[in-house]
Amino acid sequence: MSSPERSATLRDAVGLGLAVGLYGVAFGAAADAAGLNLWQAMSLSALMFTGASQFALVGVLGAGGSAVAAVGSALLLGTRNTVYGVRLVPLLQPRGGLRRIGTAHWVIDETTAMALAAPNRALSKLAFLVTGASIYLTWNAMTAVGALGAAGLGGTARAALDAVVPAAFLALLWPRLRKVFPEAATQRRVAVGGAVVALALTPVVPAGVQVIAAVVAVALAGRPRATERPTASEELA
Amino acid sequence: MSGTGLWAAVLAGSLGCYLLKLAGLSVPSAWVEQPWVARIVDFVPAALLAALVAVQAATSGQHLVLDGRLVGLAVAALALALRAPFIVVLLLAGAAGALVHVLAG
Repeated sequence: MSSPERSATLRDAVGLGLAVGLYGVAFGAAADAAGLNLWQAMSLSALMFTGASQFALVGVLGAGGSAVAAVGSALLLGTRNTVYGVRLVPLLQPRGGLRRIGTAHWVIDETTAMALAAPNRALSKLAFLVTGASIYLTWNAMTAVGALGAAGLGGTARAALDAVVPAAFLALLWPRLRKVFPEAATQRRVAVGGAVVALALTPVVPAGVQVIAAVVAVALAGRPRATERPTASEELA
Repeated sequence: MSGTGLWAAVLAGSLGCYLLKLAGLSVPSAWVEQPWVARIVDFVPAALLAALVAVQAATSGQHLVLDGRLVGLAVAALALALRAPFIVVLLLAGAAGALVHVLAG
């Protein structure tokens, strides 16, 4: 394996880890705004370790939803990682039960994208491990910073935080709506549908249920196409 | 919600999300790589994240509410459209929310 490729992989993996880690601040703050304490926020980052599901869980709890609704929406978003795992098996070839149990914890958007984008299998493994390690460390550290920072806020700063939380969700959603994303127009249609369903149901269903019910908007995506599926790296573009 | 209820959600959600990851590495790929499964999984995030944006920005309990959060969201959308970095998007949204809070007194 050539050394320039190896250092490029390392550089990209560490750089991505630092960039994504910033989201950890927003997550920690969102968890605090939803009424979770520091240890609950940190447990989510350490144990769940998949950003969109973590945001969904605290988002539903923050909206007054039940634990069941919160866990349900986290699991719906977590199904993505199952598909990523299937794509990663040929690259990472995790042999044995223990190796697989360890590998599974780091199967997320970013590690999948980096492993799939690497030029060969050895670098795929390296990219997966280094991206996983750098994101895991920064994400957990930044979660603590966000949760502690938000806990000290009051009055006007609290109002600022209330406005930051939906903005953080929008930032999470935004890449899927951009023109470069595969089937961006369909993604937009589904997104608008999901928002409309959630708002329409808000007055009539228990808090949190409207978020899960919004998955019916996936029907707006229509039938599967015969064309090839996008790779995870394209999905992150 | 009680501390116990929150912990239950945290731990059950974490275990479930981990098992979903583990399943991908463990089940035969043919189970997952079906067109309909892939279709649904590809579009669930858009529907759910958009629902969360709407609920976080414009509801309070079972009521639709218009306040500084929606102004912050509009500012965030503009910043994202202009390719602002993530942290700038959040700071601008927070500043807008705080400003509305102060003005509305």
